[in-house]
Amino acid sequence: MSFLKLKLLESLLLTLGHFFIYAWAGIRSIFQKPYRWEEIFKQLEFVGNKSVIIIFLTGIFTGLALSLQIYLGFSMVGAPNLVGPTVALGIFRELGPVLSGLIVAARAGGAMAAQLGTMRVSEQIDAIKVMGVDPVQYLVGPRIIASVISLPLLCGFFDFVAMAGSHMLCVYVLEIDSAIFWDKIREWINPSDVSQGLVKAGFFGLIFSVICTYRGYYTTGGAKGVGESTNRGVVVSMVAIIISDYVLTNFIRLYFQLVN
Amino acid sequence: MLETAIKIRDLKKSFDGDKDFVLNGIDLDIPKGKVTMIIGFSGTGKSVLMKHILGLMSPTSGTIEILGTTLNDMTSKQKAIFRQKMGVMFQYAALFDDMTAIDNACFPIKEHRKNLNLKERNLLGIKKLEMAGLDAKHHKKLPGELSGGMRKRVALARAIALDPDILLYDEPTTGLDPILTEMVDELIRSTHDKIEGATSVVISHDLHAAFRIGDFVIMLHEGKVLMTGTPDEFLNTDHPLVKKFVSKGVRK
Repeated sequence: MSFLKLKLLESLLLTLGHFFIYAWAGIRSIFQKPYRWEEIFKQLEFVGNKSVIIIFLTGIFTGLALSLQIYLGFSMVGAPNLVGPTVALGIFRELGPVLSGLIVAARAGGAMAAQLGTMRVSEQIDAIKVMGVDPVQYLVGPRIIASVISLPLLCGFFDFVAMAGSHMLCVYVLEIDSAIFWDKIREWINPSDVSQGLVKAGFFGLIFSVICTYRGYYTTGGAKGVGESTNRGVVVSMVAIIISDYVLTNFIRLYFQLVN
Repeated sequence: MLETAIKIRDLKKSFDGDKDFVLNGIDLDIPKGKVTMIIGFSGTGKSVLMKHILGLMSPTSGTIEILGTTLNDMTSKQKAIFRQKMGVMFQYAALFDDMTAIDNACFPIKEHRKNLNLKERNLLGIKKLEMAGLDAKHHKKLPGELSGGMRKRVALARAIALDPDILLYDEPTTGLDPILTEMVDELIRSTHDKIEGATSVVISHDLHAAFRIGDFVIMLHEGKVLMTGTPDEFLNTDHPLVKKFVSKGVRK
């Protein structure tokens, strides 16, 4: 039994080591010449532009639902005026980065794993290599950098749309005074609340792009293998985003404690 | 005496430590300027051998020397530069799905001929596609819109884009009908004849092709070289296993 556990630990460590070597190669490749501007812009368009509608929809409805729930709760203690800052705090610090991270990981990350997986099983990655081009630099680097750039922008858009949704509900439906709504937000929210969410989103972009491209890049076993890689890439990315969210939140808190 | 393009000595490869060798001591010399066919039953390690020649796999032991340079001592960067001397046509063409035929053919040119401007690169790509026999009306099509034969032509154009010294073909006719198979075989031969001094290595289990287009034939069996010779020598051999393989192929 203990032998089996040891074997399991060994394989886990090997996989982790392999993953971190790959991640390092992928991140390093971004700074190596020739810079892949064309590929980077293609990926920015794919990860960023094509996620705008889905981020808009989830953002607006998250803002609406969260505002309603918080309003119902706060009304019981007679503090409906605090709905605005509470929603804003939740959106800026947590829901904005986490939800945009999860949504983009599912949409773009899944596509990355599937595309690289298909390229692997149809020997396209080998073809790139034999043509004297580094496939990590050509395929992985642009996807990582595009995700790291896109996610904070999408998170910012999510924040904006969610607050617009919250404003619509609170002002037009729940009849909270617009001036009070925004005044309380200004009073309670610091720019750093927004910026720490954006920093987190950048990390989530890094996490899902590295995990999903890793799964795709090392796909084996034909169409079935591509399906498994996509599935695992998305699932592992989502779990990793949620776990790292907690860790990052603690680090950010520690940072602000040290700075102030 | 013919010059050697690829020299392999005691090449061994195992994916499982020190047992179950896929390649079990391969010794072979591939002559320069000729078409050499590497044949054998399925699962004899032909594709694994090709991946070693391309430097995509590292041997468990043994040496691979290509055009006088030992591959074993090279770093991955050196290998990347060295691979420009080789052109490869993969089993299922391995074209980039999101690129048109002309962009596929231009990919290596774009990567390695930075001194050329866009127009010159395109002209070179068109020239290579024409050499491979792809009609101009198909140049702007995506691989998904091309037939199997056309895809092979694009793959060949991409393989010869940088005027390589060595051309490798991995099972180029697998999955094609007899007419298309003959077309691809002829394409391999005519391309070889058009490029001066080129060495072509074709990995195949198709004996007809071996006898029709090959100058030399190397037969692999259970990870070892079973026989080397000209097509005539293969037809007149007394070796029982080779005879069996040849007779099966001829009956086809």
